[in-house]
Amino acid sequence: MGVNRRKFLKIAGMSTLGAAAVPASSALAAVNPIEWLDKKLGGFTPFETLLHLFHTPVGFKPGEALTGKQWVMVVNVKELDDEIAEACRETCHRVHNVPQIDNPRHEIKWIWHSEYKHVFTGQHNEHIAEKYHHLPFLVMCNHCENPACVRVCPTKATFKRKQDGIVLMDMHRCIGCRFCMAACPFGARSFNWIIPWPRESAGTLPRFRKGKEPPNPEYPTRVKGVVEKCNFCAERLAKGQIPACVEVCQEAAKEKGKEPALAFGDLADPDSEVRELLHSHFSIRRKPELGTGPNVYYIV
Amino acid sequence: MLEKAFVGGRKYWTWMACLLGIMGLGFIMWLWQFRVGLGITGLSRDVSWGFYIGQFTYLVGVAAAGVMVVIPYYIHNYKAFGRITILAEFMAVGAVSMCLLFILVDLGNPVRALNVMLHPTPGSVLFWDMIVLNGYLFLNIFIGWNVLSAERKGSLPPGWIKPFIYLSIPWAISIHTVTAYLYAGLPGRHFWLTAVMAPRFLSSAFCAGPSLLILLCLIVRKTTRFDPGKEQILTLGGIVAYALILNVFLFVCELFTVFYSQIPGHMDHFTYLFFGLHGQGNLAPMMWAAFGLMAMAIILLVIPACRRDEGILAVACVLTIIGTWIDKGFGLVVGGFVPNPLHEVTEYWPTLPEALIALGVWATGLLIISVLYKVATTVKEEGEQKRA
Repeated sequence: MGVNRRKFLKIAGMSTLGAAAVPASSALAAVNPIEWLDKKLGGFTPFETLLHLFHTPVGFKPGEALTGKQWVMVVNVKELDDEIAEACRETCHRVHNVPQIDNPRHEIKWIWHSEYKHVFTGQHNEHIAEKYHHLPFLVMCNHCENPACVRVCPTKATFKRKQDGIVLMDMHRCIGCRFCMAACPFGARSFNWIIPWPRESAGTLPRFRKGKEPPNPEYPTRVKGVVEKCNFCAERLAKGQIPACVEVCQEAAKEKGKEPALAFGDLADPDSEVRELLHSHFSIRRKPELGTGPNVYYIV
Repeated sequence: MLEKAFVGGRKYWTWMACLLGIMGLGFIMWLWQFRVGLGITGLSRDVSWGFYIGQFTYLVGVAAAGVMVVIPYYIHNYKAFGRITILAEFMAVGAVSMCLLFILVDLGNPVRALNVMLHPTPGSVLFWDMIVLNGYLFLNIFIGWNVLSAERKGSLPPGWIKPFIYLSIPWAISIHTVTAYLYAGLPGRHFWLTAVMAPRFLSSAFCAGPSLLILLCLIVRKTTRFDPGKEQILTLGGIVAYALILNVFLFVCELFTVFYSQIPGHMDHFTYLFFGLHGQGNLAPMMWAAFGLMAMAIILLVIPACRRDEGILAVACVLTIIGTWIDKGFGLVVGGFVPNPLHEVTEYWPTLPEALIALGVWATGLLIISVLYKVATTVKEEGEQKRA
């Protein structure tokens, strides 16, 4: 998002500077100033540029983005196996440049899997069908209806985006107080305890498997001392793509001729696939009694 | 008046040099932490607050306890405490300074700390904690300094200081209440999700703070010509006794609700702290020690002959301070994180650099208290000389 944002701010800056600069440069290049500006703004009109600065997500392209009122994830537990769960984790962490840290104390997890008794604490009993005991239940941020992490954040660095209900993190504003980590009842948040990214100067600590380059140059790296978590792939939705983990599951399902283990959609849309899934199956959510209103559903 | 802090004997300067040395060491360690991240501490993804936040919580209590001297003197006209209000206020200044420093060293991005003011968020308890702590720091410096200046000139404090003094009383209660609310309103952290959190915080504050004040009074008597007074110390001893009993009583209330209801999510944290969970329980010996020490302190404090003996009282104060320190500065914070939301046990123990940074902060607080006490006691000594 940050690379996009940087680009975006450049564009926004240019749209203001542009007013003065355009006549001069267009006279030199002898091109149509409107076309020139359009090219510089990467498809945005100057008005849109200004509008987006205040209202719409960074990188948002009208017409191209996926939009919804409340995004939800539906986990079809029976379709999960270790291979798919691991593929989801690997892909998510790669596309978001999530630092690969082996020490479990400092680990950063956006999506991972755990056993039923850990995921549904309090709903566990010894006599649950054997196969459920060791199924890899995928867990991630629940993008709650009423998120406790957002309530406690002293800087609004984490916030619930009004237009589609995604709980987002501004890693440029986060002061690293970790109040949100204490508040989250799902353990969905991770803190950068160590330098997540090699520095140019002394003390380089490559955290990635493949050298020093970020796996995904489109997505920013982060600094130490900030909290991060799953963002429902907000940066992909803005480009009209579904979340990476859902894509992985869809491809795996196609190969094996099964149903995908993850489905993603707009809960407010009565015709959406997720609504249909929830309508026709019995589903549960994690710790609903706490009233946070998790938006990740598990079909068991 | 500050110049009085620059006049002192060899012992005074040795003490200050030691504090500066520890502060320097702590600062170097903090620079290291600043460079490589909070990974040098024992904190982890599961136990994301620890020693720093524990010390912060404990010291908010010590700071709030100044009110235990202010109320009797200003509200109940208990004249004897007039001699030591300044000591209580200056102890509070040192304690709040430490609180703010502990928050700062705990931040992942201390350079962004002012974001709390740039993006004020009234829905966050941390925002209010920032306001009440800074306000309390200001009030105590302001009141203490004005009253002491007046005393130096041999006059009564100005009348307009009274409203500030009265304001400081609910303000003291507020700092510890708001700090308790940091914990007591989080869904899914059953250990902290209890309405007696704020009362417990206040009761432990009102025994730990006056205990420290008694020790400071005894040190002042030993090292200066100003005697805070026997009556004052013994009255403080009575306050410690009441507050400590109340503290243990509220803890028992908590135990009853948790263990009689038998709700596993609520019991697990206590079980972890006192007996260990899934075979892990490195805090258990400390927790037993904490309540053992508090029980011993209660016995010493309720026997009148013991409480009125300054030597035994001092021992009881030390026991109280250590007991409440373990309970609140350690068990309370770590206990809330173990087991984690997925019911896994990750243990916590501070690392050496973490402990040294904390020690550095303590040294800074003690330096502030030493400077302020030096000023206060010198003014008091001079005043008594003049009158004699």
